[in-house]
Amino acid sequence: MAADTATSPALEPVPQITAHEVTRERSGIIDWLTTTDHKKIGILYLVTTFVFFLIGGVEALMMRLQLGTAENTLLDPSTFNALFTMHGTTMIFLFVVPIMAGFGNYFVPLMIGARDMAFPRLNALSYWLLLSGGVVFYASLFFSPPEAGWTMYTPLSNETFSEGGGVDAWIFLVHLTGLSSLVGAVNFYVTIANMRAPGMGWGRLPLFVWTILVYAILLILALPVIAGAVTLLLTDRHFGTHFYDPTEGGSPLLWQHLFWFFGHPEVYIMVLPAFGIISEVLPVFARKPIFGYKAIAASSVVIAFLGLLVWAHHMFTTPSPTVVLVFFMMSSFLIGIPTGIKIFNWVATLWRGTIEFKTPLIFAAGFISQFTIGGITGIIVAIFPVDWQLHDTYFVVAHFHYTLMGGAVFAVFAGIYYWFPKITGRMMNEKLGMWSFALMYIGFNLTFLIQHTIGLDGMPRRVYEYPDVGNLVLYNRISTIGAFVLGLGILLTVINILRSVKRGPVAGPDPWKANTLEWFSTSPPPDNNFDVIPRVRSVEPMKDIRRQIAYQTGTGSEAPPAAESLVRG
Amino acid sequence: MVVAGVIASAIGIVLALAIEWFPTVAATQTKKISTLYDVLLIASVPIFVLVVTVVVAAVIRFRMRPGQEDQDGPPIHGNTRLEVIWTVLPALLILGLCTYSYIVLEDIEKAPAAAQELRIGVHGEQFAWTFTYPEEVTGGEELTTTELVLPVDRSVRFSITTADVIHDFWVPDFAMKLDAVPGLTTHYRVTPTRLGTYPVVCAELCGLGHSVMRSRVRVVEQAEFERWLAEQSTPAVEEGAGPDEQVAAGKQIFASEGCGGCHTLADAGSGGQIGPNLDDVLKGVDEAKIREDIVDPDAQIAAGYGAGIMPSTYGQTLSDSELDALVAYLKEATK
Repeated sequence: MAADTATSPALEPVPQITAHEVTRERSGIIDWLTTTDHKKIGILYLVTTFVFFLIGGVEALMMRLQLGTAENTLLDPSTFNALFTMHGTTMIFLFVVPIMAGFGNYFVPLMIGARDMAFPRLNALSYWLLLSGGVVFYASLFFSPPEAGWTMYTPLSNETFSEGGGVDAWIFLVHLTGLSSLVGAVNFYVTIANMRAPGMGWGRLPLFVWTILVYAILLILALPVIAGAVTLLLTDRHFGTHFYDPTEGGSPLLWQHLFWFFGHPEVYIMVLPAFGIISEVLPVFARKPIFGYKAIAASSVVIAFLGLLVWAHHMFTTPSPTVVLVFFMMSSFLIGIPTGIKIFNWVATLWRGTIEFKTPLIFAAGFISQFTIGGITGIIVAIFPVDWQLHDTYFVVAHFHYTLMGGAVFAVFAGIYYWFPKITGRMMNEKLGMWSFALMYIGFNLTFLIQHTIGLDGMPRRVYEYPDVGNLVLYNRISTIGAFVLGLGILLTVINILRSVKRGPVAGPDPWKANTLEWFSTSPPPDNNFDVIPRVRSVEPMKDIRRQIAYQTGTGSEAPPAAESLVRG
Repeated sequence: MVVAGVIASAIGIVLALAIEWFPTVAATQTKKISTLYDVLLIASVPIFVLVVTVVVAAVIRFRMRPGQEDQDGPPIHGNTRLEVIWTVLPALLILGLCTYSYIVLEDIEKAPAAAQELRIGVHGEQFAWTFTYPEEVTGGEELTTTELVLPVDRSVRFSITTADVIHDFWVPDFAMKLDAVPGLTTHYRVTPTRLGTYPVVCAELCGLGHSVMRSRVRVVEQAEFERWLAEQSTPAVEEGAGPDEQVAAGKQIFASEGCGGCHTLADAGSGGQIGPNLDDVLKGVDEAKIREDIVDPDAQIAAGYGAGIMPSTYGQTLSDSELDALVAYLKEATK
C-alpha cells in the first residue's frame, strides 16, 4: 500500500488546511458578514438571489395585471417600461446566474471532497460584489429606473433618449455582478481543477460539477465582452464618445453584436447548471445510474462551444447578408443535437428504474417536458424566414420562458427540494411540495403556452397596452390568470421553506440514498466538511460506500464493490 | 406505449395543422413562411410526444412499489448504439430543415422584373410611421402619407429608415418585419395577394409610445390605388368650406392620424397617456399656438413631458388645408 501511494500521484493527499491560530468564534450577524466558509457564502447567495427572484416575480405579476385587459390604464407607460426592464435584469443578473453560483458554492467543494473553495476570501468578495450590484440597481427606484429593456439597445439607451441615472445604474449593475461572476468563475475553475478527492478523475466528476466547470469557462469568455460594451455605452452617455452613434461614424449594431456575443452564452450559463442539477436528481430518484455519463458530460462542452457561435440569431431582423443568416441558422440548429442527446439520456435514465415519487423528481420530470418545448420552439425561431414573423413578439417571450422558467427555474426548485435537507439538516414537507409543483406546472403552462399564439397573432413584446382585436383579450386574460396560479405555487414553496427550516423532520446525513459525496458528511456539514475524505472509485461514490458498509456489517447480500469499480471509469 | 405515442402524435399533428397560426395569409411571402412553419410543426410534434410519452410511461411503469424501497434498478450505464441513433437522426432531420429553409429564403428574396416593382419609403419616428411614394409612383410630386396603401398582386420594395432610435416595420399579415436602423436604409419586399386593411406595428422597443406606434396598410385594386393617389393631391377640405365642415374634417383627421394613441381628448373619446392631455393644455389657447404645437412640437413643451417624443413631421404629412381643419377642430373641442 505504501509503495502504491508513492508511485501514483492521484493518491497523494489533497492540500490540508492548517490552523495557524485559534480565533474566537464570532456570533450572529458579524459571523455572516465576515464569513469565508463556502457553505455560509452559499447560503447567502441562495437567500439573496431567491429574494431577488420574488421581487422579479412581483414585477412580472404587475405587468400581467396591466395586460389583463385591452387598453388598460392601470399603469402608465413609463412605469410599465421600467417594470419589464427591471424584471428581465433582475431575473438574469440577480437570480438565475447567481443562484447557480449559490448551489455551486455550497455543493462543488462537498461533491468533490474538498474542505472549502480554493480562494475563500475571493469567494466572499464575489458575494458582496453581487449584493452591491443588486443594491445599486434597485437604488434607481428612488430616482429614475431604466426603461430601455434589459437589452439596452442604443440609441434608445443613450443620453438623448434615456435621461436620468437609470441606465447608468444598470451599467454599474453589469459591472459589479460581472466582476462578481468572474471572480467566482476563476474560483470554481481552480477548485475543480485542483481540489478533487483522491481517485476522482475527470471521468468520475459529478455531472453537476461538470456543468459548473463549463459555466465558469463560459463566464470567463463572455463577461469581458459585455463589460467592455457597457463601458463604451457609459462613455457614449457621459464623456462625448460616439461608439454607437451613426452620425459620427459609430454603429448601433455594434452594441447588438457585443451584447449578444455575451447574451447568448449567458443563456447557456443559466441553463447548463440546471442541466447539471437534473443529471444529479434523476439517477438518485430512479435508483439507477445516469444513462450515458460521458455523452451528457461531453454534450455540455459541445453546447458551450456552439453557444459562443450563435449570437447573431438575436439579430435576424437587422440587415444581414444571406450567407451570415445561413451561418447563424446552421449553428443555432446544431445546438439542438447535443441538447437532444441530454434529453434522450435523461429519459433513458428513468427507463427501467425504480422511480421514487418525491418532489425533486417531479420537478425534474416537469423540467424535461417543458424544456423540450422550449428547445423545439428554439429551433423554430432559429429559422429566419419564420423568425421574421416571430421575432420581437410574444412567441419569443414564450420561448425563452419555457427554457428559463420552465427549464432553469424548475431545475432550481428540484435542486432546492433535493439539497434542502443537506443545507438545513431538515426535510421539507412533501405534500406542500407536490401542491407547489402542481400549481407551478399548471400556472406556468397556462401563462406561457398561450403566449405563442398571442405572438403569432401579431402582438409585439414590451407593449404596455394592446388594441381589442381578435382574441387578444381572452388570450391575455388566460395568461394573466396563469401567472397568478404560478405565483401561488411559488408562494407555497416559500412557506414550505420557512416552515421546514425550524420544524421539518430531522434528515440525517443521507435521506435520499444519493450518489455523490456531499451526502457522506453530516447535515448540515461541519466547518471542515469531512473528517476523512474517502477514496473515489466510481461516479457514484456514495453507492460504493453504502455497499461497503453493508458488506462489512453483514447487513446486505451484495458483493463488495471492488470488482465493478475496477472495470469502470 | 408505442400505440399511445403514435395516436398522440397523429392527434398533435392534425391539431397543429388545423389551427390557423398566422393571422391571415395576405402576401405570397406569408404563404411560403406559413407552409414552412407547418412543416416544422409536423417534424416537432412527434419528438415532443416521444419524450413525454416515454417519461410518463416510465414514471407509471417503473414507479417504486411497496417492498422495493431498498431495491436499486439495473446497473445500466449507457448504450452506444442508442447514443449514435439519437445523435445521427436529429442531425439528418436538422440538415433537411436547414436546406428547406434556405430554399424558402431564396424564394422570398427573389426580385421580380424591375419595372413592375413599386418602391415605397417607410420612415419611423417616435412614435409614428410615414410612407413616401416617390415621383415615379405618383407620376407627379413625391407624396408623404401616414396611411400605407398598396395595389394588390404587385411586388413592393420597402426602403426603411428612422429619424431617431431603432424601430421595426412589421405587418403581421405579411409575416415580414425588419428593423429601421439609424444611419442605414434597410429593405424587404412583399407581394400582397389579398384585399383588406391590416395593422402596421412597431416591433422594436422605441420608448414610451412604442405600443401606440401603429398604423395600417390598405391593400386595394390597382384602379382604386390610382384613384387614391390622385385624391391625395386634392385638398381634404373644399376651398371656402364653412367652419362646421372644417371642424368635422378636423375630427376625422384627428382619428385617422392616430393622435388619440398618445393624447387624451374627451371629444374624440381618446385616452392616450404618452403626451399631454389636450383637454387641459389646449384650453383657451389660440389657433396660431395650436398650429405651432402640431408642426413644431418641441418649441414649447407642456410641463412634465420630454422633448423629441412627438413626431415633428406633421408639417410635411398634413397639407395646409388639413392643418387648418385640425386646428379648427382642436380649438372647438377644447373650448
